[in-house]
Amino acid sequence: MVSDKMTSAATSGLRYRLAVLSRTLAAVAGGYVLTALATMVAARFLPMGRADAVMTATMLSFAFFTCAVIWVYAARSAWRAWCGLAVPALALALLAWCGRVLP
Amino acid sequence: MKEGLRQSMAWLHTWCGLLVCWVLLLVFAGGSASYFKEEISLWMMPELHASAAAPVTQAQAIERAAAYLQQRAPQAERWFITLPDQRSVAMRVGWIASPAAAGKEAASSPRSRFKSERIDAATGQPLARVRDTRGGEFLYRLHFDLHYLPVQWARWIVSVCALFMLVAIVSGVITHRRIFADFFTFRRNKGQRSWLDAHNATAVLALPFHLMITYTGLITLMFMIMPWGVQTAYREQGGEKAFFEEVFPGGAGRVKAAGVAAPLTSLPALAERARQHWQGAPLALVVVNNPGDAKATAVITRQKLATLSSLQPALVFDGVSGRQLAAAGEAPSATAVTRGALVGLHLAHFADPWLRALFFLCGLCGYLMVATGALLWAVKTRQKQAKAIVAGARAGFGLRLVEALNLGAIAGLPIAFAGYFWANRLLPVEMAGRAQMEIHLFFAAWALAAVLAQIRPSLGMWRLQLGAGALLFLGLPLLNVFTTDSHLGVTLLQGRGPWAVAGCDLTLLALGSVLALAASLLARHQRARHERAVQGPARRTAHPAVAKEIT
Repeated sequence: MVSDKMTSAATSGLRYRLAVLSRTLAAVAGGYVLTALATMVAARFLPMGRADAVMTATMLSFAFFTCAVIWVYAARSAWRAWCGLAVPALALALLAWCGRVLP
Repeated sequence: MKEGLRQSMAWLHTWCGLLVCWVLLLVFAGGSASYFKEEISLWMMPELHASAAAPVTQAQAIERAAAYLQQRAPQAERWFITLPDQRSVAMRVGWIASPAAAGKEAASSPRSRFKSERIDAATGQPLARVRDTRGGEFLYRLHFDLHYLPVQWARWIVSVCALFMLVAIVSGVITHRRIFADFFTFRRNKGQRSWLDAHNATAVLALPFHLMITYTGLITLMFMIMPWGVQTAYREQGGEKAFFEEVFPGGAGRVKAAGVAAPLTSLPALAERARQHWQGAPLALVVVNNPGDAKATAVITRQKLATLSSLQPALVFDGVSGRQLAAAGEAPSATAVTRGALVGLHLAHFADPWLRALFFLCGLCGYLMVATGALLWAVKTRQKQAKAIVAGARAGFGLRLVEALNLGAIAGLPIAFAGYFWANRLLPVEMAGRAQMEIHLFFAAWALAAVLAQIRPSLGMWRLQLGAGALLFLGLPLLNVFTTDSHLGVTLLQGRGPWAVAGCDLTLLALGSVLALAASLLARHQRARHERAVQGPARRTAHPAVAKEIT
């Protein structure tokens, strides 16, 4: 474990605080947008009846959201956290656009 | 967060938990009580305790209810008749007044035009003698609608807190290296270590329950929190409305009134046909849309069978000709049953009283888990500031706030609940606005505890509030002796029941005893500390093991 001195130096800097803020933004807003996209795509493409696909997608969304949040705080840096959200989000948005899910 | 995975997860766990813990305490307390919603309602209406449930057939009960509604609210937009079952004695009737009849409130939502009354299934007359109370229904609504807030806001607040809790549970499990070994570890009287052990024990003991109840709670509100799947898949059909009509049969038969009067068909006859349709299974609910209109419909819902799923099939009839229009929810899809089962798990309506008691205990475990977690943060932070505090500095603002909020919530909530029950027994039965006053007193008692906690968040205050909670809880069964004819002496010692009322009293005694035990342990701890302080500060230094704990 890191000694007290090092921890306080690492945790009190402005840089550190901004990084935490950035991650929190990524987790709450980024995580929600990514989850919403995943839910939209799953609701459209899951191979079952429409109402069933919608319900399945929505039921699974909270597990997805939790994973996204865990990822954001587990990533090595705030930048990596954002990238880890943005890449799948773009892929899902592309899929959604192809499937005419988005307006 | 720059260290390893476990450290990041510990950080996430700490802040996810701490930010919402006081709301979670309220949600756990209200939710646990809701498992015995009907029993609490019965307990809070002593006038009903003596009434031997006169055997009335469901058809008779519906006939009486329809006659009562015809006379009380002939112009209503919708009637609801909730039939009595094994858990509730009285029959509830409700109606949504038409916007025209509601007058000034015309612009308001149907919810605010909703009125409900309890009537005697045998006579069809309102139970006028029964005191006006929201009973367990208030605690149930408090669990997800809070109070004094627009419902939609409250549900969002509770949902966000539930999402935080879900993340806190998962990150807590990840960060916990020796989850099984630690469960069997308890070091008492070791300060911070003991709080950590207690937090682990209460969290791991009921971990499947905590995870289940959080996730299924989110499922119950999932179309509000995550509406995007519905929005996109049903975009061409006009969005949510089309989806709900397809999936939830409860809203079936909601058509616009024609504005032409027509007599309502016989409801008991419809009920009989529904009963035959379901091979004699009992009915739960009769809804009449546009009673007295040419476009009236009647929706009859079957009682839930003893299955996990909360889904109930319904039959829709034409309210004038009596023709069957539709049968909804007869063969739900696997997905619908899955969702029904998840919601059913949350509500636990399927469970018998003993299983619900287990759920109740798990809920209390959740309360203790959140409480010990919040206390652990405060103890740990105080430890960090110990040197400065000894040197004469004040505790930091955040620490002081958390300590006071902890005290006001953990020890204050029992006082609020007890205050609600005391108000139920002591407010005059004839008082106007009685039900609302009981609720105001719940919050007044809580506010008093919370404000006192903010003024003086000391160990003495903890002892005072825990002790007050204990006295209030232990006093309730005693108060019953003076205010009701169905106290424990009658229900238990003479064995006359009702058992639900005896169970409530015994639970109050048990909760009061636990609070008293907590208060007395605290007193002992305080005495020991006082003696140590008198003997000199030689043993003040913290155990080295404490400093090594993961943050």
